[in-house]
Amino acid sequence: MNFDFTKKQLAIKKMIKEFADKEVKPYAAEADQKEIFPAEQIKKLSKLGVMGMSVPRKYGGAELDNVSQTIIMEEISRACNATAVTMGAHASLTCHPIVNFGTEEQKQAFLPKLASGEYLGAFALTEPAAGSDAVNVQTTAVRDGDGYIINGNKIFITNGGKADLVCVVTTTDKAAKHKGLAIFIIEPKKTKGFGLGKKEDKLGLRGSNTQELVFQDMRVPKENLIGGVEGEGFKQAMSVFNSGRIGIGVQGVGIAQAAFEECLKYVNEREQFDRKLHKFQALQFMLADMAMKIDAARLLCFRAADVKDKGRKYVKEAAMAKLYGSDVAMEVTRQAIQIHGGYGYMKDYPLERFYRDAKITEIYEGTSEIQKLVIAAELLGRGF
Amino acid sequence: MDIIVCIKQVPDTTDVKIDPKTGMLIREGIPVIINPDDKAAIEAALQLKANGKITVLTMGPPQAEEALREALAMGCDEAILLCDAKFAGSDTWATANAIAAGIKKIGKYDLILCGRQAIDGDTAQVGPQLAEALNLPQITYVQKIESNGNKIKAERELEDGYEIVETKMPALLTVTKELNEPRYPALQGINDAYEKKEIKCWKAADINADENKIGLKASPTMVKKVFSPSAKGQGLILQGSIKEMAHDLIERLKEREIINKF
Repeated sequence: MNFDFTKKQLAIKKMIKEFADKEVKPYAAEADQKEIFPAEQIKKLSKLGVMGMSVPRKYGGAELDNVSQTIIMEEISRACNATAVTMGAHASLTCHPIVNFGTEEQKQAFLPKLASGEYLGAFALTEPAAGSDAVNVQTTAVRDGDGYIINGNKIFITNGGKADLVCVVTTTDKAAKHKGLAIFIIEPKKTKGFGLGKKEDKLGLRGSNTQELVFQDMRVPKENLIGGVEGEGFKQAMSVFNSGRIGIGVQGVGIAQAAFEECLKYVNEREQFDRKLHKFQALQFMLADMAMKIDAARLLCFRAADVKDKGRKYVKEAAMAKLYGSDVAMEVTRQAIQIHGGYGYMKDYPLERFYRDAKITEIYEGTSEIQKLVIAAELLGRGF
Repeated sequence: MDIIVCIKQVPDTTDVKIDPKTGMLIREGIPVIINPDDKAAIEAALQLKANGKITVLTMGPPQAEEALREALAMGCDEAILLCDAKFAGSDTWATANAIAAGIKKIGKYDLILCGRQAIDGDTAQVGPQLAEALNLPQITYVQKIESNGNKIKAERELEDGYEIVETKMPALLTVTKELNEPRYPALQGINDAYEKKEIKCWKAADINADENKIGLKASPTMVKKVFSPSAKGQGLILQGSIKEMAHDLIERLKEREIINKF
């Protein structure tokens, strides 16, 4: 058992922490208030190779281990969650299916562009009737000569309105249910029939782009079917989410850590009843609980990343990391506002933003309830 | 242009603690960084090198490897660690002698860049001493650099302005952190630094260092005492008209025999 990062992982942590503190964190509040998409931050992250962190080196990526990717996600989340989710939807959700299931031609065509940040990616599964019930996809792909015609719409798509490449989950055979799903690579700017719908007005992550995608007789070459075979889409999507869950768990850890750091500062500054807040045992208890839970959540995330790096099955570990990481994000950000009292409720302080940003971690990439079903299914040795 | 950059790993704090018994800096348990002026020297080298090679060099304990890896990750080509118990306890003069011996072993170079001074010792001596040991022209406190053929032109920061100095290469420059904004090491750079590039470790014997000129015994500087200056007492603000205050002041100065009681 070894709880230490390697020297290289420490070097990555040092670099990304400094970057996050100087280049990301100072812009987070304004990005939230004015809904500014973090294009500048993403450009800088691209230059550092971060947008290609999950892509193999032969396609221009940095090919980091999962522990290192988790380190990066935590640090960026600590600084700004709109930036973190924009990065995560690209580096985790979008790159993952192409890296793991793409044909050689697809890898060569798309991965270098995604790795360099020339292309920003999005992954589109959710539909009005397909949320937790991911199999109930209504977007159809019908074979037509040497291509497919896609019709339908996708909602709540992170980076949807900004992406240069979208992985779209469709069904080629509704009767076959999960065995009828297929994922296509779409380049929106080059594809007729691709349209944008409603841009969402969200509780949190307000700097990030969340938008509806509309497909009307959208023609896609058959070469863009991920893996080249129909019916693999569900398996591919589940793999995407398994992997992505570690990232959402540690996003929760990053948010909680940011809130906790504000609290530590505040209790040393604020005085009530002629004493600094840190002198009050009630607040000491709160700080101890927060620190312990953040650490426990962090350890679950890095354990899941480590199991994945070792090539073992990590479904249960990732679900636990996601479930607990998001729980802790909610609990710690709520307590952090309580410690700050009235100030915590005001927009002059970042606490209310952390609280709003935290909530989504309990919902996207599988709700907390779905995570419990996944964990239980793994424990009981059956599907949910 | 082939450039050698000399760096130092220092504690990441301006609030350095000192062991009251030995008078030495306490380094245990404090995060370490590349000295900020030295990091600017690395960035300057990366901007100047064109088709040349950058060798980064430090003298220090085995942990100093981490600072060299960071320099490699930023884009330096080679790294050398001067690491030997015989170097331990060197003052600035003995340090400069050891580094000079290391640089003689490297051989070919056009330019040596050092940081102006380290945030732990704050002496600003090693760079100039190194230039003397190697018999090179030096420009210190550099805030801007231009190279032109075999010449280098630099702005030297002064208290109330700057002066422009030009010299032929090879030369040694000490630079300030105001010179530039050092880049972050990219992930590909970190991969290379930890997986491809090697750090050469040279001992005193490897660089033919004269043992009478290195280490604690050869160091002419001895730390006699290290202390925090005691806080000054509160000042006194005189009250009244100008005439009254002037009179009051003269009386007080006479009392303390700072001016004569005539």
